[in-house]
Amino acid sequence: MSRSPHYAASFLYEKPGPRGRRNILIGSVISALVLAAIVGLGLWQFGSHGQLDADKWLPFTEWAIWQYLFVGLGGTLLAAAIVAVLGSLFGAVLALGRLSRLRVLRWLSTGYIEVARTVPVLLLIYLMLFGLPQLGINFPTLWKLVIPLTIANAAVFAEIVRAGILSLPAGQSEAALSLGLRGGQAMRLVVLPQALRNVTPSLVSQLVSLLKDTSLGYIVAYTELLYRGQVLSAFNHLLIQTFLVVTLIYLVFNGSLSALASRLQRPGRRRAPIAVPLPVPGASVPHTEKETHA
Amino acid sequence: MNILSENLGLLLQALGTTVMMTVVAGIGSLILGVLVTVARVSPIPILRAAAFCYVQFFINVPLLALLLLAVFALPDAGLIMPLTPTAIIVLTVYEAAYVAEAVRSGVNTVAVGQVEAGRALGLSLGQSMRLVVIPQALRAVVQPLGNVMIALAMNTALAAVVGVVELTSRVNKVNLVYAQPIEIFTAAGLVYMAIALAIGLAAGRVERKVAIVR
Repeated sequence: MSRSPHYAASFLYEKPGPRGRRNILIGSVISALVLAAIVGLGLWQFGSHGQLDADKWLPFTEWAIWQYLFVGLGGTLLAAAIVAVLGSLFGAVLALGRLSRLRVLRWLSTGYIEVARTVPVLLLIYLMLFGLPQLGINFPTLWKLVIPLTIANAAVFAEIVRAGILSLPAGQSEAALSLGLRGGQAMRLVVLPQALRNVTPSLVSQLVSLLKDTSLGYIVAYTELLYRGQVLSAFNHLLIQTFLVVTLIYLVFNGSLSALASRLQRPGRRRAPIAVPLPVPGASVPHTEKETHA
Repeated sequence: MNILSENLGLLLQALGTTVMMTVVAGIGSLILGVLVTVARVSPIPILRAAAFCYVQFFINVPLLALLLLAVFALPDAGLIMPLTPTAIIVLTVYEAAYVAEAVRSGVNTVAVGQVEAGRALGLSLGQSMRLVVIPQALRAVVQPLGNVMIALAMNTALAAVVGVVELTSRVNKVNLVYAQPIEIFTAAGLVYMAIALAIGLAAGRVERKVAIVR
């Protein structure tokens, strides 16, 4: 039987009978009331402090404000693009290193991946921002954000690519080798293209996480969305409204990317990518649907 | 190493804050995440939709934006709490979305026969969730949950940005005085690695204990 994500839960219960339907109706009414009460309470709290007044929200109907924030979004996208390119290249190299036959390469790559995964990005950013300048090393603002993010994301990309390579049947590289391709050729022409296609959903999900991480640009005062929001709120004193609008922009933008990722993951399409299997202990592949193919 | 021993008291205190935030937010997010998952697979459409929106919201919005919103903006609406609890609550609701994602994929691994057998024994939906589905789902996702907890431990560092004096913040302050970044930041990195390693090993142990051999 097929379990597409939308009906993932349907196997947990049968089609409800008259009593079941009544219970569901009662449950629906109660939960609707509770949710409405929570939302209402929140709105009342906001309203009683004048946060819902029209003059606090009207500025956000002006195009100039949106233009100002969209410049920030541009900065977010630029930083994310650089990290994505550098991180995925570096990550692919690390993945190949971790699967290499040379023990030294394997140890170096594994060591790097394990270290980079378990150090907070903020610590690296503080090192770039406050630590290295004390030694006379000072990067431009953009790179103070991009370098730490690349260091961290390369490790994650490496694990995703490695999972993709390992998920491929060994027959693929065996066939390539028996056709007379050399190891490198087999990897480049046969294994990697298929492996990357298989892990596209995980790569897109990681892109969302990367876009979220660029909000750390706020700390290094790099012009990205959150930083622009902060500057804007210092100017218009509409803290709640500004941060909610910024949050909404992130939500819409990343939400579309996430939707794309889950579309890519849906089975039944031609050349549909498969989901990455459960990570082996110690690996850090983002957890994905295990049973998209029932 | 001199610097570190001179400031040992302060650094240990900061480490304590980091560990405390990780533990409290970790337990909170595990509980909340399971509840969100239950809502997400429940037969009640409104609850399903609400849980779906909850997960999508927190997976697509940066943690830092939420922290700034909660710490600097919400006081304008009269919602004000001490700093560290606010940060812990934000971390909890944020990571709960990731816990919910992990547990839901665990629910999908529960065999249909298990649920059918539960029904045949006369278990109600609530009973079959509590006694059959959730225990098996959790056992299947110990390792992914461990990864979420490691991410949580790393994310507690962001609380430094809004002013919580935890390990990253303290380390940075010590470095501003002594100006020996390599030594100080390496030490802090090692401590974070040790925390992540501890969580990873714990997850491995738990997994070996509870794994269902099929």
